[in-house]
Amino acid sequence: MWRFLKGSKSFFVVSMLTTALAALMDMLTPQIVRMAMDNVVGTTDTTYADWIMALVNKLGGFAYLREHLWILAAAVAVVALVKVIAQYAFRLSNTMGTETLVKTMRDTLFGHIEHLPFSWHMQNRTGDIIQRCTSDIDTTRNFVSEQMTNLLRILILLVLSMIFMMSMNVPLTLIALAPMPVIILYSVLFHNKLHKGFQACDESEGKLSAMAQENLTGVRVVRAFGRERYEKDRFENHNEEYTGLWVKLGRLMASFWASSDVLSGIQVMLVVVFGAVMCVRNQMTAGSYIAFLSYNGMLVWPIRQLGRMISEMSKAGVAIDRIRYIMESPVEQDKPEAVCPDLTGDICFEHVDFAYENSPHILHDINFTMKAGTTLGILGGTGSGKSTMMLLLDRMYDLPAENGRITIGGVDIADMKAEHLRSNIGMVLQEPFLFSRSLKDNIGITDDGLTLSDIREAAKAACLDEAIEGFTKGYDTFVGERGVTLSGGQKQRAAIARMLTQKTPIMIFDDSLSAVDTETDAKIRKALEKRFGSASIILISHRITTLSKADQIIVLDRGRIAEMGTHDELKSAGGIYQRIYEIQSPSMKEVAQ
Amino acid sequence: MENNKEKVTSLPFFGIPKLLPFMKKYRATLILMVICGLISTVMDILLPQFQGYALNNYITTGQLDGFHWFILAYIVGIIVSASSFFCSAANAMRVEVSVNRDLRNAAFEHLQTLSFSYFNQNSVGYIHARVMSDTSRIGSLVSWTMMDSVWHFSYLIGAVIVMLMLNARLALMVITILPLIVILFSLFQKKLIRINREVREINSKITSNFNEGITGAKTIKSLVIEDKIQNDFVEDTSAMRRKSVRAAHLRGLFAATMNMASSMALAIVLWKGGYLAAEEVGTFSMFMSYAQGMMEPVRWLIDAISDVITTQVNIERLMRLIETKSDVTDTPEVIEKYGDSFEPKRENWEDIKGDIEFRDVSFKYPDGDEYVLEHFNLKIPFGSNIAIVGETGAGKSTLINLVCRFFEPTDGQVLIDGRDARERSQLWLHSAIGYVLQTPHLFSGTIRENLLYGNPNATQEEIDRALKLVSADNVIAHLEHGLDSDVGEGGDLLSTGEKQLISFARAILADPRILVLDEATASVDTITEQRIQSAIDTIISGRTSLVVAHRLSTIRNADLILVVRDGKIIEQGNHEQLLEKKGHYYNLYTRQYEDEATGALLAGQV
Repeated sequence: MWRFLKGSKSFFVVSMLTTALAALMDMLTPQIVRMAMDNVVGTTDTTYADWIMALVNKLGGFAYLREHLWILAAAVAVVALVKVIAQYAFRLSNTMGTETLVKTMRDTLFGHIEHLPFSWHMQNRTGDIIQRCTSDIDTTRNFVSEQMTNLLRILILLVLSMIFMMSMNVPLTLIALAPMPVIILYSVLFHNKLHKGFQACDESEGKLSAMAQENLTGVRVVRAFGRERYEKDRFENHNEEYTGLWVKLGRLMASFWASSDVLSGIQVMLVVVFGAVMCVRNQMTAGSYIAFLSYNGMLVWPIRQLGRMISEMSKAGVAIDRIRYIMESPVEQDKPEAVCPDLTGDICFEHVDFAYENSPHILHDINFTMKAGTTLGILGGTGSGKSTMMLLLDRMYDLPAENGRITIGGVDIADMKAEHLRSNIGMVLQEPFLFSRSLKDNIGITDDGLTLSDIREAAKAACLDEAIEGFTKGYDTFVGERGVTLSGGQKQRAAIARMLTQKTPIMIFDDSLSAVDTETDAKIRKALEKRFGSASIILISHRITTLSKADQIIVLDRGRIAEMGTHDELKSAGGIYQRIYEIQSPSMKEVAQ
Repeated sequence: MENNKEKVTSLPFFGIPKLLPFMKKYRATLILMVICGLISTVMDILLPQFQGYALNNYITTGQLDGFHWFILAYIVGIIVSASSFFCSAANAMRVEVSVNRDLRNAAFEHLQTLSFSYFNQNSVGYIHARVMSDTSRIGSLVSWTMMDSVWHFSYLIGAVIVMLMLNARLALMVITILPLIVILFSLFQKKLIRINREVREINSKITSNFNEGITGAKTIKSLVIEDKIQNDFVEDTSAMRRKSVRAAHLRGLFAATMNMASSMALAIVLWKGGYLAAEEVGTFSMFMSYAQGMMEPVRWLIDAISDVITTQVNIERLMRLIETKSDVTDTPEVIEKYGDSFEPKRENWEDIKGDIEFRDVSFKYPDGDEYVLEHFNLKIPFGSNIAIVGETGAGKSTLINLVCRFFEPTDGQVLIDGRDARERSQLWLHSAIGYVLQTPHLFSGTIRENLLYGNPNATQEEIDRALKLVSADNVIAHLEHGLDSDVGEGGDLLSTGEKQLISFARAILADPRILVLDEATASVDTITEQRIQSAIDTIISGRTSLVVAHRLSTIRNADLILVVRDGKIIEQGNHEQLLEKKGHYYNLYTRQYEDEATGALLAGQV
């Protein structure tokens, strides 16, 4: 995890130095006040460090200062100025450090996630990963920017004020320090208890929030069953419960604040009382007394905070562990001698078997060759393994060596660079994913060098240009949450246009026109045929009209190749293909009625 | 569709008067809170006096007469201070959460009566945020912000008064700093609010980047755009860093000014008041502590004011929800006779037979400008099955919305058992209607709880019978806890098919005279498919049913088929008549036939 600190370390060093400087300045003001009271205005002979005495003497001694009180006021102002500058520098450097660290963490994490194998993405729940990337990073950020620096500041303050207090009066310092451990311990214990209360409240709030969410999404069910009363009662009951938890927690918090007020009030009182006694017995000057009380005042509040920090530190540990889980997952790697061959050759599945982890076999002995530049049609039902075949070809999953081979132009795809392989295979999925960007950026996402006319040309081929021109913002229309919602068919066509801009030698259409009506389907297919050129095309579809023009058709049945051949061969082969062909041919429709 | 644009119209007095009805209930608690708050402030002002007293009476004089009284008074002071603080803080907390609760309840209850046009025009996320987050902002405004203002305002006033009493001339000099500080702080505050909002915005953008980068992993990989996506990501994180540093710079300046101001106050006291120390060392020390302590309350007060200003938006949005009028309401006479949605008068309810009639109905959606129905007439006698067919987005749910009185006709009447639906209460109608959604909606809880949603009084036998009728008994048998198994949030622990069957059973338990069913298009495995098929046949028999149909068998068996295109009914008749026409229905039907038959063949079913 230390590598995240690269680039932010120096900021943290500066922030530590400046916070120490600010604390030191905090210590000086009471000394000036003390001097004013004891030596300048009063007549006690308190002695100070040599350098201070030298400075005072150079100015003309205490008597001179008495005539010129503004010098002391100016000293206060100067000390304050140095302090606020140091504080400002601290805040700035601390934020720079933290933000640089958070940025490094986010960037590394995001990059790492993008390069994790697809199987990893399938194994881990999206919500969980996102939580690790957002709230766990926030927890870490808080720890670094708040707790860590605060802890440091408190320690510096503690040490410095102890030194100053000791230098003035040792017994009183011991009295002042005696209750501190009690206050810290008390605060730690209480915060642990509060933490549990907060968790209970959070949980209850989650439930209440889910209840409201369900009521809103299920509003039709609620109304149709006439259960408004029930919903209202249920919500109110839980709302009451949730409120009760907060009232309890509120009382707990208030009693913590109040009781630690008493504790620290007593600590101050002890110093006031014993200090007064010592002053009366001439063991201490009035100036020292006031200065001492100032130092003591500086300690009380931070000490109370210390408890919270200690109890919260454990949370940061958990968050860092959760982030580490992602960082330690190994990224996709090519073989060291991976090659980037030409991918215009024949595609060959050689006795491919495949099963997902802990699942039954999904592909059995898939064996076929697809000649370069030809079109392959695949027909298969849900769960027949057709999409898995395509994922293997794109190397989204690695095919174990003993389970057969997939080669392109004679080279095993396992020996290729994954990036090279994928950028030469264009794939359109049934439910395509579009990015929340403009349509122009979505279609042209693979290449920044594409011009608008390139993009429009691709959109035209996918029969999408007209629809886009119909939007008020045309190609600049934003897609997704913050923009328009495209219909299923429009999304599919956008994904086709996106693939067309890639001009890949291999193109896969995985049921990618299912949401488009029949006429548009035909239009798109016509437009595509013109653009295919010498590319190898794989079409997965249920529609015989789509498949019929393919040079070779494979019928997949539960992971096995059931039939293989051209349309003309299969349509009278007496298998599944023939029967489907008959159902879908116009003459048969009449019979069906 | 979304009506989420934030038009912030300024409310008089920042909208606070609108909250008064919600605060009235807690008047006593609020008064107690303020009184205790005042006592605690007075104690905060008094406690430093003990130091001064010690300096003036013991240290300067060098004797300790009555010192034990001093200690006792000090301890009493500490205890009074802490207990008054406890009292005010605990009460503030109580008021905060109680007002939150009441606001949430009010909003939730109102939502149960709002018509569907509201839900169509506002996204669930938007409404949810009103109920959950706006309310909590408002609660803390009427308790903590008020409490803080009382505390700090009275502290400030108290400190000024005490200083004036101790030494008027010196006090006036110190006080001159205040207006300056107020102006400076207000300026900072404005900028801070803006930059903080910018930081939040970019932060949520980064979150959605993560979301996209993770959910879109497959596409990103197959397009080989990992690096491009990451570069764009880095651009956003860089912007985030820049903005955060700028915010820190502002906050740093803010804190520096504030600290400098309190040091200036101290410097003034030293310079102009240093001579005091010679005479009255205690007064001098007290003066110092007040002068320095004055700045913090000023900052808090400015914070409180900006809180009030920013919370105005929340008040406005919540009140707009609560004040939204429903498009579909029962008349006072109807409520008088039949009761409202929460307090029904079931004893006055007539039995429902199940005849439906559209009489010269014209309809347009409240947010649309085109009529989707014009002078539509249709009689649906009890027991008939109506299928509504059409492509996705063709407007098939309009008739359902009208039958269920989720919307009311713009013109004409929808008659239930020969009487205008508006002559009876909504709950009366809804109690007689069963509704099965396309995407079945289950509530978190157990299967039993979900089934009882349709009929809270159903017996175990009735439940078993209903489950058997829709062949959902197998589903239950496979679950570890049977009927008492948890279905998870939104029923997510069950498969789509299982949810479907459970929602059928729920509808059967309600035993409605009228059944409205939106058939699912989602693909399920063949066995479940067959179960769903036969369940549908079972539940629609013996009732008046309106089915948004996708399955051939449902469509073919219907007494009447309505074909919808572009929101309008373009063809109607029975299956044979419509096929004869070779119109839109013919196309839809043949395509559906191909898809179903192909699917069945590929699944090895034929």
